[in-house]
Amino acid sequence: MQVGVKLLLVAAAVAVAGVLIGFYANKLTHDANSAAYTVPVRIVNGQRVVDLKIQTVAAAGPTVSHNPDWVSYLVQTSNGVWKHLTVWDLPANATIHVTDYNFDGASGTRNPFLGRFTGTDGNRALVNGKPVDHIDPSLASHIFAVPQLGINIAFLGVPDNAKNQCGYAPCPLKTAHETIKFTFHTTTPGHYRWQCFVPCAAGWISGWGGPMQTIGYMDGFLNVKA
Amino acid sequence: MTAVTAPLRPPIWRRLVGFNLLTGIVLGIGGWYVGWFGAHAVVGPSLDYFGDVDYNELSVFMAYIGGVVGFLIGLGFLNYPARRLLGYPPSLREKETGGWARYFGLCTDHKVVGIQYLWGIGLFFFIGGLNAMLIRFELLRPTHQVFSGGTYLTLVGMHGTMMMGMMSSGILGPFANYLVPIMIGARRMAFPRVEALTFWLLMAAGAILTTTIFFGGFPTGWTGYEPLNVQAAAGMDCYILFFALAGISMTLLGLNMIATIVTMRAPGLTWMRLPIFVWGVLSTASLMVLAAPVLIAVLSMSALDRAAQTTFFSASGGGSNYLYENLFWVFGHPEVYILALPGFAIVLELLPVFARKPLWGYRLAVAGLLGVTLLSWMVWQHHLFVSGINGDLRPFYMLSTELISIPTGFTFICGLMTLWRGQIRFTVPMLFCLAWFFNFLLGGLSGVFLSDVPSDVTTHGSFFSMAHFHYTIMGGLVFTFFAAIYYWVPKMTGWQLNETLGKIHFWTMFVFFNSTFAPLFAIGFLNQPRRVNVYAHTLQFLNDWVSVSAFCLGTSMLIFLFNLVWSLAFVKKPAVANPWASRSIEFQLPSPVPVHNFDRIPVFSSDPYGYGEGPVPQWVPAGAPAGRD
Amino acid sequence: MASQPTAATPPRDSVNHGLRFVVAWLVLSVIATPLVVIFVGPILPPGSMTTQAHEQIYDNTWLAAVSTPVLCLVVVFLVYAFVYFRAPKGGALVDGPPLREHAGIQVVWIVITSLTVLMLAAFGTYQLLQNGSGGGQGPSPVAVPAGASHNLAVQVIGQQWEWTFRYPSFGGVETHELVLPQHTSVTLHVTSLDVVHSFWAYQLGVKADANPGTDNVAYVQTRGPGTFQIRCAELCGLFHGYMFSTGRVVSATQFQSWAKTQEAIYKTIAKYVPPYAKTYICPAAGTSPTCSPQPTLRGG
Repeated sequence: MQVGVKLLLVAAAVAVAGVLIGFYANKLTHDANSAAYTVPVRIVNGQRVVDLKIQTVAAAGPTVSHNPDWVSYLVQTSNGVWKHLTVWDLPANATIHVTDYNFDGASGTRNPFLGRFTGTDGNRALVNGKPVDHIDPSLASHIFAVPQLGINIAFLGVPDNAKNQCGYAPCPLKTAHETIKFTFHTTTPGHYRWQCFVPCAAGWISGWGGPMQTIGYMDGFLNVKA
Repeated sequence: MTAVTAPLRPPIWRRLVGFNLLTGIVLGIGGWYVGWFGAHAVVGPSLDYFGDVDYNELSVFMAYIGGVVGFLIGLGFLNYPARRLLGYPPSLREKETGGWARYFGLCTDHKVVGIQYLWGIGLFFFIGGLNAMLIRFELLRPTHQVFSGGTYLTLVGMHGTMMMGMMSSGILGPFANYLVPIMIGARRMAFPRVEALTFWLLMAAGAILTTTIFFGGFPTGWTGYEPLNVQAAAGMDCYILFFALAGISMTLLGLNMIATIVTMRAPGLTWMRLPIFVWGVLSTASLMVLAAPVLIAVLSMSALDRAAQTTFFSASGGGSNYLYENLFWVFGHPEVYILALPGFAIVLELLPVFARKPLWGYRLAVAGLLGVTLLSWMVWQHHLFVSGINGDLRPFYMLSTELISIPTGFTFICGLMTLWRGQIRFTVPMLFCLAWFFNFLLGGLSGVFLSDVPSDVTTHGSFFSMAHFHYTIMGGLVFTFFAAIYYWVPKMTGWQLNETLGKIHFWTMFVFFNSTFAPLFAIGFLNQPRRVNVYAHTLQFLNDWVSVSAFCLGTSMLIFLFNLVWSLAFVKKPAVANPWASRSIEFQLPSPVPVHNFDRIPVFSSDPYGYGEGPVPQWVPAGAPAGRD
Repeated sequence: MASQPTAATPPRDSVNHGLRFVVAWLVLSVIATPLVVIFVGPILPPGSMTTQAHEQIYDNTWLAAVSTPVLCLVVVFLVYAFVYFRAPKGGALVDGPPLREHAGIQVVWIVITSLTVLMLAAFGTYQLLQNGSGGGQGPSPVAVPAGASHNLAVQVIGQQWEWTFRYPSFGGVETHELVLPQHTSVTLHVTSLDVVHSFWAYQLGVKADANPGTDNVAYVQTRGPGTFQIRCAELCGLFHGYMFSTGRVVSATQFQSWAKTQEAIYKTIAKYVPPYAKTYICPAAGTSPTCSPQPTLRGG
């Protein structure tokens, strides 16, 4: 074989390898679920305030996800659209008002201790308008917890016999839901993970597979930026 | 007078049709779909029984098994059994002539299998190495993440799994296959087709593992611990299948080596004249044969836990995660000696050549190899010191683990004394062997720390243990892997590798290997656990140092690749039959070694280490038997 | 063959290489080992916040002290060999002397390595059996420090992906933070609610795997006050790397007041949490009053 032909073959092999490696690395880094949503910030009396609206659903559905049966969190963007993102950019030294619309039924926490609320103003949350510092853990549907910030809020589940339950996300407010509101404060910038502590991934042993271990569903990050 | 014309070669498309790799891939893909849809048809839409809301696990397993079966059929592995069932006479050899095409199919020539292994394992070694580069890229910053958590864990798992599964056969596959028959004076392995099968099974396994990212990856690391294993997505099945197939490959490879070495030695080759490399292969093979089936068993149980909702390893179902841990490490510890022993064997084999002295303490060296082999079965619970095993066991396993340093020390004394008063030539293979002493020493000493339970309380599961096993496995095995390449590739191919490039490769690899892994001892001592993608800010400088060194280490591998392609494809400088002036029998044969190895079966009269004792004996005297196949 | 070596070997030189090497090694070891003990020893992990941690430093110093001469031996040998035994560049290839073995050296090597190794094993066993060295020993610990029955019991619960802690002597109160009183002997009971984790409290010198359905006991005797890092040392899924927190060792009065505060906070949720038990995995749902309620499996 001539030298020229050999050189071409080597170059072709290197190119193919390069393309494959590039494709591989690209696929690995661009996990659609890990994209971040920057929550808009208001200034109220010189303080930074954020309104974070999220919903938790029993099934993400085919329009927003590749895993339509998986439970999931969604976040509402400023134009009212619900996005399937669990990585949220928040400002540091700010007040974050969180409203969760929970459309999912109860499964109960694995550790009932996590039915108690911590990390928010007064260690309380408004559950359907009523301020409480805990819920019955067996009625919990999901939890929003940021262990690094000491935040732990359990979301009350929709009763199984409720009428007009939502099917797939995004769920409209006219379907059965519970509303949970709470407020916490960010201080130091950082990359804080948050997660659910209710093992409701049906089908996996002990309920902890699938969405419970996947960013974009029941896990995410708070990117607190200065 | 008619001109004599060369026989016409059939057109390329005609040559591609037949039982070869291409057919194997086509039938493999077909088999994959047959398995996938077949399982769906059998199990039906009732996914609840198999419990996984996203994948019918049975389909994933059946698809890959169908794929492997199709692959092997396409390569032609069923042809011989079919022919025998139909009454055709037995035959030993298939496709041993035919140019480069025979490397892409079932070939019974052990030398071809050896070279296939070299390229195949090399390919997966580089894929595993790429994963390592990505891991170190992620660890450049303490809290920022390049890859999402699940992806990072898959990278970690793929790196470990690929390396462990592939490099277990890293020396035995390429070099034992090529050299053992020659070194014992035989023309073939005991079971040539099985030999070819072990290679293609390993390749199928590697291909399966690379597809894990399409099924969600796996979060358990190479150890596949339960019950996390059961929580994982379908990508975990790729891990299970990889190790199961690699385990079958290892078992068969080991069996073949033992059968060959025990039964096919040429006349005059007594046990005490056997090259130390062959002793190393025998020890490793015995570990493979006994340990790999345990792995296959534990993985089968894992697969059942995942696919059929059994609870062997789940406490909530009455099982126990300790069962998994113990079964896994009963395999896992001999596995690391499967990785380490060939390294010992290569160092002891090459040192006499480049010090021009006999192997010092031959019987002690053999005792060392066998001692390590035996003791490697008795130490596995040192991986479980703080896991909650019965406290009475810990002093025993501390003792047994400390004791295994003794036979390991035999290798050191025999190698070092071989250098004593020698005529040392610093060729590229020798440099890699000498580096082994330094690397394995650090690996071994850190092993002494880990085997001491009080010390292990801090270092278990931290980067300290990572540094330990990278020093012993990469510093031990991978360095000797390259020594073996530089030493034997001229014999295998008939062409030289460039010495200057080899030396650059060696020095960059040695310097950056130490620069990468030595700080990991400190990082582990400073409270960084394994397999994490977030760490304390104070450790960023050390982690960055390690990452940059790792990138340079990766670059040194590219230098090697360049040398390989440059020397073997472009320069093609012919190598003399015995470039190293070795007394070993393979270097008394032409390069590359002819298909039938020897014109006449040799008759041995001594070991190959008689440096300073007289001229190289002529091992094929006139009256020697021509020998059967 | 052109590269056939000659059988002649060079005459033995008059230098006693063996003696030279041994002297070089001894000198280097005698210098290096005390340096390692004096300068490296004190900075070895994991600190002195507990008796176990302090003993680990002692252990590690000893191991480093024994390793140093071994390291020197191999390094000095290699350097010596590279300097004195290299084949001269150019010239004909010449063989070395056909030294195949030396019974004396073999015996000395085997005896010394065996004694060293046995000594290390005995030393390690002795250290371990004092009080367990902070390592998890399973539900029936063997290395029990004196007076362990009067220890403060603290349960460490691993769950994906956070550590919580229960204090049985304070009404089974569960907390998010691990606080221990100083100068106290503590019995840690480590367990898991789901997969295998590993409780690594660095400055305490403690590591014990958290296994579902198993009570893994580790002993620790605190000394002075301070903070310590807790990390998970066994891969447990997505947020394994994030499963860290900070614990504190405080004075006895601070501990009591902290515990009281926690008890008051805990009252709100106490009625829902199962009573303190060594493990929390229910083999069959609802068959044991000490089991956490199992989540109901729902389709989709």
